[in-house]
Amino acid sequence: MSEEFKIEIVNPEKSFLVKEDVSEVVVPAFEGEMGILKDHISIISFLKPGIIKVSSKSGDENYYVEDGIVEFKNNNLSILTSSIYNLSDMDKSIQQDLLKKAEEEAGKSDINDQAKYLVDQKIEVLKTLN
Amino acid sequence: MASLDDLKKRIASVKSTQKITKAMKMVAAAKLRKAQESAEKGRPYSEKMNNVILNLSSGISDKENAPKLLAGTGQEKVHLCVVMTSDRGLCGGFNSNIIKKAKSYFSKILDENKELKIITVGSKGNDQLKRTYGDKIIENISFKESKNANYFDADKVGKVIIEKFEAGEFDVCTIFFNKFKNVITQIPQAQQIIPLNDEGNENSSDESYEFEPDEDEILSNLLPKNISTQIFKAMLENSASEQGSRMSAMDNATRNAGEMVDKLTIEYNRSRQAAITKELIEIISGAESL
Repeated sequence: MSEEFKIEIVNPEKSFLVKEDVSEVVVPAFEGEMGILKDHISIISFLKPGIIKVSSKSGDENYYVEDGIVEFKNNNLSILTSSIYNLSDMDKSIQQDLLKKAEEEAGKSDINDQAKYLVDQKIEVLKTLN
Repeated sequence: MASLDDLKKRIASVKSTQKITKAMKMVAAAKLRKAQESAEKGRPYSEKMNNVILNLSSGISDKENAPKLLAGTGQEKVHLCVVMTSDRGLCGGFNSNIIKKAKSYFSKILDENKELKIITVGSKGNDQLKRTYGDKIIENISFKESKNANYFDADKVGKVIIEKFEAGEFDVCTIFFNKFKNVITQIPQAQQIIPLNDEGNENSSDESYEFEPDEDEILSNLLPKNISTQIFKAMLENSASEQGSRMSAMDNATRNAGEMVDKLTIEYNRSRQAAITKELIEIISGAESL
């Protein structure tokens, strides 16, 4: 029995990534990192800023996401996100831009706790990328 | 009858108009292909989003305390209508069709003595509506600078709507846009987005999901995103419809111009011939009288 399942990452503009042969995916779920293997229980959760790690036969791929929803059902993993970047072809300048934007937002005075938490998270992740 | 010179000028002007409409048709055709493509590519996202929300709302434990975006405020007094039109004209009945649909909805609401608020997206809708409903328009959003429909713009509209909803400014929100069927047919649509209307979508599975964190929290995070997604979908459909509509309108215009040129050319040739005949008769009768 193969231990592989299907992943689909979509953003509003298009289908970002479809892969049939992934063995493990680690997503930055809201309450902590979550590893998903084949035959995981059906789950819906949402993402905080972080790195999605997709492991398949052809090697590991890393993606940076800022938000999104994960749905896993019948060995189909769907990730809906509005902002996703492939780390291997992500420019330093894009990183810097995102970091700058996040820092600006964190500096605002009218930010609420949850948003503040997310922005801090974003900054932290972006800094580790550099 | 117009003189030969006048006819000549008119033929030239109709011909140059024809050139413009032909060029516009070509441009619209090229843009249409792109818009159609992105409308198709954007579909999975909104479909998946819908699915997840459906699954969530069927799994929600306490319907009474469901987020307001899903269940509504319990009242139906103030209606917000988001009318999405294009920023450019010369696209046939595209804008008028949306406006017509929206206006009939407006009058229905006003007949029921409910309050009406309007947000227009795109300047053409604003131009047409401000004459009759000027006092009802609370905001006009226009994306003249952005070339293609993008999610960032849709999100901006979504945020405006959610802000107003949370401030208690309205109870029900409906968006108006043109659904793209094919190049010659676009169907004006009214879609209610707040409270969420799961029209007969009963195929949600009974399968139980694990939620992390709990349903309510996910829902309250997801629903605002869904609003933006629905708006984005409407924008994509709209831009495909706009180009399709413009293409067929410009095609018609080109054909009409061609017919006009033919007619004017015949008239021109006839009057030229008449002038020649007249001159000949004069010469001949002059010769005969000698």
